[in-house]
Amino acid sequence: MDAAALGEWSRFVVAGAIAAFIVSWLAYCAETAYRFRGRRVVPGSAGSAAVGAPAAPHLARVGGTGAAEPIGDRSAERGSEPAVAYDQAARMAGIGYSVTVLATLLLGTGVVLRALSVSRPPWGNMYEFSITAALVASIAFLTLARTRAGRALAVWVVLLVFVTLSLAVTVLYLPPGPLVPALRSYWLVVHVGAAVLAFGLFTVAAVVSALQIVAERAETRGVTSGLGASLPAATTLDRLAYRMIAIAFPIWTVGPLILGAIWAEASWGRYWGWDPKEVWALITWLAYAAFLHARATAGWKGSKASAVSLIAYGTVLFSYFGVNIVFNGLHSYGGL
Amino acid sequence: MTVRDVETAPGPPERGRPPALSARESAAWVWRQLTSMRVALVLLFMLAVAAIPGSVVPQNDINPLAVGDFRARNPALSEWYDRLGLFDVYSAPWFAAIYLALLVSLVGCILPRSVQHWRAMRAAPPAAPRRLSRMPVYRRFEVTATPGEVLDAARAELRGRRFRVAPADMPERSSAGRGGGRPKSDLWLAPPPQIAEPAERAVGLRSHRDAFVDAAESAAEFRPHLEAGRQRGGSVAAEAGHLRETGNLVFHLAVVVVLVAVAAGSLFGYRATVLVPEGSGFANSVIQFDGLSSGALFDAGDLPPFSLEVDEFDMQFVEVGPQLGTPDEFEATVRFTPEPGAAEQTRTIRVNEPLEVDGTLVHILNPGYAPEITVRDADGTVLAEGPVPFLPQDNSFTSTGVRKVPVGPESGLGEDIGIQGLFLPTAVVDDRGPRSIFPEPRNPALFLTAFHGDLGLDDGKPQSVYRLDTSGMEQFRADDGEAFRAALAVGETVQLPDGYGSVTFDGYVTWVNLQIGRNAGKEFVLAGALMALAGLLASLYVRRRRAWVRVEPGVGAATVVEIAGLQRSEGGDLEAEVDGIAEGLLGRLPAVQVARGMSRATPAGTARPDT
Ligand code: HEM
Repeated sequence: MDAAALGEWSRFVVAGAIAAFIVSWLAYCAETAYRFRGRRVVPGSAGSAAVGAPAAPHLARVGGTGAAEPIGDRSAERGSEPAVAYDQAARMAGIGYSVTVLATLLLGTGVVLRALSVSRPPWGNMYEFSITAALVASIAFLTLARTRAGRALAVWVVLLVFVTLSLAVTVLYLPPGPLVPALRSYWLVVHVGAAVLAFGLFTVAAVVSALQIVAERAETRGVTSGLGASLPAATTLDRLAYRMIAIAFPIWTVGPLILGAIWAEASWGRYWGWDPKEVWALITWLAYAAFLHARATAGWKGSKASAVSLIAYGTVLFSYFGVNIVFNGLHSYGGL
Repeated sequence: MTVRDVETAPGPPERGRPPALSARESAAWVWRQLTSMRVALVLLFMLAVAAIPGSVVPQNDINPLAVGDFRARNPALSEWYDRLGLFDVYSAPWFAAIYLALLVSLVGCILPRSVQHWRAMRAAPPAAPRRLSRMPVYRRFEVTATPGEVLDAARAELRGRRFRVAPADMPERSSAGRGGGRPKSDLWLAPPPQIAEPAERAVGLRSHRDAFVDAAESAAEFRPHLEAGRQRGGSVAAEAGHLRETGNLVFHLAVVVVLVAVAAGSLFGYRATVLVPEGSGFANSVIQFDGLSSGALFDAGDLPPFSLEVDEFDMQFVEVGPQLGTPDEFEATVRFTPEPGAAEQTRTIRVNEPLEVDGTLVHILNPGYAPEITVRDADGTVLAEGPVPFLPQDNSFTSTGVRKVPVGPESGLGEDIGIQGLFLPTAVVDDRGPRSIFPEPRNPALFLTAFHGDLGLDDGKPQSVYRLDTSGMEQFRADDGEAFRAALAVGETVQLPDGYGSVTFDGYVTWVNLQIGRNAGKEFVLAGALMALAGLLASLYVRRRRAWVRVEPGVGAATVVEIAGLQRSEGGDLEAEVDGIAEGLLGRLPAVQVARGMSRATPAGTARPDT
């Protein structure tokens, strides 16, 4: 099969993945709706640490690593109305998960076909970057979905993934073709590869941070139904966002910054030249450093740190979309 | 986070309000603020925000042409921009102020923390709290070994797991004297467990040191009864993960190294550009450069004395498919002479493959075409000839340029001639006018018009070689009174009106803009960056945790073992680790049986694995 045909197939398969993501999204929406009907049972001890309630004395072994379930023991409510809703929710979640797995496999196939059609890693232009980052995000989500906190992200991550993919196949689409000479380098593989990876992880972390803010508000107001109440504990989400960023931040340090500088020196003769893309990669890095600091600063924990994380994600989006579209720097490879 | 954030240090009693006290105290106050975590956070943000305008407004040292353009379009705004330094953001005083403040804050933060950390690393791990059962991870079981044996095993096991273990045998002391309560040690128990609160770190450290002192005292106090004590029971305190703080300090220090290396390097570095048409060359010296930017300490004598001829500069573009016309490969074949008199070598330079000479790199920056335009006077005397570089205006290399012909009085004309041209590698003329539709020369054409008058070359003002200053010139008119225009294919000649002479389009060559530069100090920058990375990884992934084992005689021959763990940073599975410690401890005991497993599911290896 020639490159063009492979490229067409890839696009076709990615479109199939989009359809599957939409189905899984609907299932997750239904799940969330059922959840909203459930009651939030304020747990007696650990978990709802939003207001820093002193932990109850731990007698024997008390789960101290933070996996405490914020929602009360559901089996006690079996047969009651919320319990039925929970059963429905669980079924929908199951469907959503399976379809997401399918969609991710399809997307993975599409990305691989794309790579074959261009005979290089599939992140040479915005289209390729987007589908690969969407793949990273959905894999990250599927990994997290084994925990309850991770499952709470489902609707939002899947939504973001299919919006990204839809944009990719429509607005950003470019048929397979060679790279401009400046990109033909093994540095592309690692430099942009790391950026894609971090981008996917930051995306999921941003969803977690947004939910953290919602959950924390719900907790401080004592809301017992609706989105806020259906979420895991704010502290759990806070920790989850931190962990994802703690993984993505060093990747961003290595890829866009260190390797980017090395490549820039090879390609343009200087390792740092204040090109808009470089500036924005740095801004993103500083913003996430600010997030890590915020989490370590008294008075900035919880939703304030989450807000910093969201701002930082805004800079990620801008360094990706904004810089490629708005500015005409050396990095204008977007293909638009 | 500095200690001062937490400690009520001597000095102004109310933090947060600048006291009207002595200069020294005010300075101390400022220093404390500057090195506080909150200000570091704000400065990080400010630096991020301050970097934004430089990506939006064109910058002098990145794209001077764009700056010129911007000035021409927004003269009033540009004045303001100039005042604010917005065309030179990254060298503007306010930008420097922010990063210097951050740098100072950073150093002011690292130094005290390093001292503290140094002490903490040498201090004993804090002794076991009175009630281990209050720790987030807790196990309790009974074994038949003696308390002394269990203590030894616990110590060995913890050491084996690379915990730092409190140095001496220490009898149980929490119940002994000092009124039992240990408020200081309890300080860090106050927050809910499992959180890594750097805010608490300082407090932790403090209690830590006190604990060390206390421990030493009580050890001395109890020494005579040591062995008896051992049989009565005791506890082992251990701590792991100091590498986290070490990594954090290394990271911040490395950030300083990077910043300093970048700044110092820019003092010694230089970057120059030379535009070289195919078939010509240059010698690496300041007078031959088209542009040069260099650091304050750059010495032109340091330039490696090479010279270079571009024999061939080849451009290839995608010829089919949707990406038609995008660059495919640029390659310069050069004859390179390392120093005057040395043997010539043939080299190639490609886009990602610069030529390296003594730490100086020669790069391909951008390419273009240089049409060969010959201007003759009415007698056929050549007034100007050879290639003139034209600047590409679009991706299809629609290029503009000028041929300036300053004609002295001796030529008999008494007037300069200026040719303004449009070079089109693949020319079409449609309703949008003449333009190129493909960057390779498939149908090369030169569209031109011409002026006569004063080029303004003599008045000393620097001029663009790509533009004509027509203020002192007049456009030639054709016979019909229309402005003179011509379209030439290769080899064609057009006569200028009024017998001024002729213009011939002889052909074209390619040109390449080469960048010659040295990034001084880049090795230090790289070393700093790698150091920062290593520190960052340790700082993010090493977990600080403490473990205690307490042993007390139980009923009969049994000994009660309590193990507790406290996580002081996030992540990891402390439960599993404590289980592992329990298991390992049992494995180290002489062949004994677990008398009774209690509390949490007994560790998996209840019986000794090797019996
Ligand atoms: C250029 C400036 C700075 C950058 C890029 C930066 C970056 C970072 C990063 C990425 C971390 C995360 C590592 C971790 O979580 O352990 C961190 C942590 C930390 N930074 Fe900075 N920092 C800067 C300046 C400062 C300053 C000025 C201070 C002192 C006030 C400071 C104090 C700390 C502390 C105490 C932590 C540890 C937080 C924790 O334990 O989670 N940093 N910094």
